[in-house]
Amino acid sequence: MSLRKSDTYFLITALGMLAALVLSVHAHRAVEAAGPALARQTDLVESMGLSDLCLFTDARYTRNPSLADRNSAFQDSPLAMEHFPSGSLILPPGHLRRHGLD
Amino acid sequence: MVWIEKQRHIVDFALSSLLRRWRKNTALLVLYTLIVFILGSVVFFTEAIRREASHVLAGSPEVIVQRLMAGRQELVSLDHLEKIRGIRGTSDARGRLWGYYFEPAVGANYTLLSTADAVGHPGTVVIGRGVARTLMAQRGDMIPLRAHDGTYMTFEVRDLLPSDSELVSSDLIEISEEDLRALFGIPAGFYTDLTLRVRNPRETTVVADKIRRLLPDTRPILREEIIRTYDALFYWRSGLILVIFLGAILAFAIFAWDKATSLSMEEKREIGILKAVGWETSEVILLKTWEGIIISLTAFLAGIAAAYVHVFFASASVFSPVLKGWSVLYPDFSLVPFVDPYQVAALFFLSVVPYTVATIIPCWSAATIDPDSVMRL
Repeated sequence: MSLRKSDTYFLITALGMLAALVLSVHAHRAVEAAGPALARQTDLVESMGLSDLCLFTDARYTRNPSLADRNSAFQDSPLAMEHFPSGSLILPPGHLRRHGLD
Repeated sequence: MVWIEKQRHIVDFALSSLLRRWRKNTALLVLYTLIVFILGSVVFFTEAIRREASHVLAGSPEVIVQRLMAGRQELVSLDHLEKIRGIRGTSDARGRLWGYYFEPAVGANYTLLSTADAVGHPGTVVIGRGVARTLMAQRGDMIPLRAHDGTYMTFEVRDLLPSDSELVSSDLIEISEEDLRALFGIPAGFYTDLTLRVRNPRETTVVADKIRRLLPDTRPILREEIIRTYDALFYWRSGLILVIFLGAILAFAIFAWDKATSLSMEEKREIGILKAVGWETSEVILLKTWEGIIISLTAFLAGIAAAYVHVFFASASVFSPVLKGWSVLYPDFSLVPFVDPYQVAALFFLSVVPYTVATIIPCWSAATIDPDSVMRL
């Protein structure tokens, strides 16, 4: 007996929802399993006194965005444009966008 | 049961109708899935980075004090450190020695850092995995670094930093204080910046304010500000992410506009025939609703699953050319799948609901016209 089109569709959708459920269980377990590794990273950050993630190493203000200042993107010359690709990916830190704190 | 059977018949009919125009609908499904995949990948990636940063950077210094001169960061003197130690409420104030090093042979930037662990190990370094990859260095190898005076200093690789910490340590070279001073030419009594703790965490901003007043050429950066930086770093308004979101929203708008304004002649005739053979307007609308749900729900489930696999199993490889930018050294890390269910729900309502609604509107207007006139079109 062949399946009706609607049965095939509902079966595929149910499989898709099951896959979503499996992925959410995976996410939950992976977060739990990552606890010790995250703690090790936090310890490393604490012992070395680090302030940033090593996401972009092309420019100093994207390597350490939290330590960047208002001038760092333009400091190569008075008319230098900010030209590193990673600089266009991220926002400046919040404390630089608020006036009077730096 | 009657209601369920009726829905199944309508779904059968909707699928037959979609399969009759299979080329158009397959193209629509693929494009729709791609949009959900890109939006889902951005949402998963940014949320995972944000949450991981807030976990990991909880260990960063409570306050970092930089000295600025003519808009550039300058070395901080021991005198500044002594003055900060004298401020009531501060503790554990110390100088931090670090700097950037560009290696012309491989074109990579490294971060050299002097830590307490490196004390007593002159002539040796501990390197991050990214440094090891770019220099092809192993434990026991010798690596030459060019000093400020043009001479070369050679260091033995004492150890490698753990691979599961690449997100924070990939470009690091841990080196002793005397070697770092000799390499960069930093005189004794000067530091790159200062770090300190505040005894009462609620007084952090008060202490930062005291530092700013006592030493007007300095800039204190608080740990909360560092963590907030990563909260906002990949905020939806930032650069390329805004472009991606705008592109996706525009694509959705085109879908919706196309659906809302143009029922094909064939679709109108189909509605007319259905009405002529006795279908109610509500049943025709139900049929079109199912068509919308079939396309959008399938695209959502496929797109979101593909986005999850892409970000958490394939290390967001589609984004990597953009993320790497001009970096030669890029950390090899797998993100912890911190998924915000609210964001997934928002993505669902932004992708499935507008499309389904946009499918119903033109069908409602076609279904309310006299069947005879629709079939004559």
